[in-house]
Amino acid sequence: MALTLLGKKLGMTRIFGEGGASIPVTVIECGPCVVTQLRTKENDGYTAVQIGWGEKKVRRATIPQIGHDAKAGTTPKRVHREFKVDAKKLGEFTVGQEITVEALSDQKYVDVTGRSKGKGFQGVMKRWNFKGMFASHGTERKHRSPGSIGGLCSNRGFGGGLKKGKRMAGHMGDDRVTVRSLDVVRIDAKQNLILVKGPVPGANNGVVAVRVSTRLNRSKQKKLAEAKAK
Amino acid sequence: MAAKSAVEIIEGLNSDQLKTDLPVIEVGDTVNVHGRIVEGDKERIQIFQGIVISLSGRGVNRMIQVRRIVEDMGVERIFPLHSPRVAKWEVIRKADARRAKLYYLRDRVGKSRRLRDKRRGLGKAGVGGAAPAKG
Repeated sequence: MALTLLGKKLGMTRIFGEGGASIPVTVIECGPCVVTQLRTKENDGYTAVQIGWGEKKVRRATIPQIGHDAKAGTTPKRVHREFKVDAKKLGEFTVGQEITVEALSDQKYVDVTGRSKGKGFQGVMKRWNFKGMFASHGTERKHRSPGSIGGLCSNRGFGGGLKKGKRMAGHMGDDRVTVRSLDVVRIDAKQNLILVKGPVPGANNGVVAVRVSTRLNRSKQKKLAEAKAK
Repeated sequence: MAAKSAVEIIEGLNSDQLKTDLPVIEVGDTVNVHGRIVEGDKERIQIFQGIVISLSGRGVNRMIQVRRIVEDMGVERIFPLHSPRVAKWEVIRKADARRAKLYYLRDRVGKSRRLRDKRRGLGKAGVGGAAPAKG
């Protein structure tokens, strides 16, 4: 894991970029986050940084929550999240430190994690992009059905029923989704905004985590390599 | 968290992208679209003249669909109204359009393709003043 910031998805718009090209962007209000705790090898068995973001009414916070954030010298925060950090780099963070979007200002690409919009109980065509059955050729009332799900013995060894994870109809959406390697279009430190190219999981006003890209898409890797070669 | 609402923040971002020198463009108008075309290092202006058959969206997302006839073939282009690739918008003629989308013009041939002039707004003098340079 790498440096992560929490924020709120505000919505989408367009930005006219170089040469007048229209770029679709998602506006994320990102940070400022407060370092609320440092996880150390001695205490927790791993090293990580815990950050808190968003205001929570003191009236609605529990005493332990208030106490936890008070140790960092801040008001109770709405969301907390941890990101793992190398033991050597833990020293770069201090409890109570504020992290703003500016921390991402030298990044070209970021990953964004959010909770996707819930779609309810969905069939196999929408949920898994199955092709369904024939429209005609004698097909009756089964146009969107998955067809055969395989024999009870065929998928794994014998007996024991279907292989787990068999793709079927069911609840879709409301999952934790990460989009990797999104281009950073602009960073507005004054308003704590980061503009990334393209859509981001979740509804507007949803909580998202923006982190430094850990593993770039191949196409983006190529682009970086080409830019370096120049 | 900021006191501004999400919509206000986004509109604030867009505000400096909006063109302020736009003429009033309505469906049915004949417009000149001065498009910037980059060829190598050089930039030149190409004019696309046609009838506005559809306007949609708002703010930076305002789109405008312009239809013209080239060698008896209908050509339609959709532009973002605030795109920097369009150097200038010019209204040449106002016409009487009685609906919001003029898609029916696609089925029209010959004289019936024309729209009735708008009596209000740009008078005849105005039409003469901005004589259309055939692009």
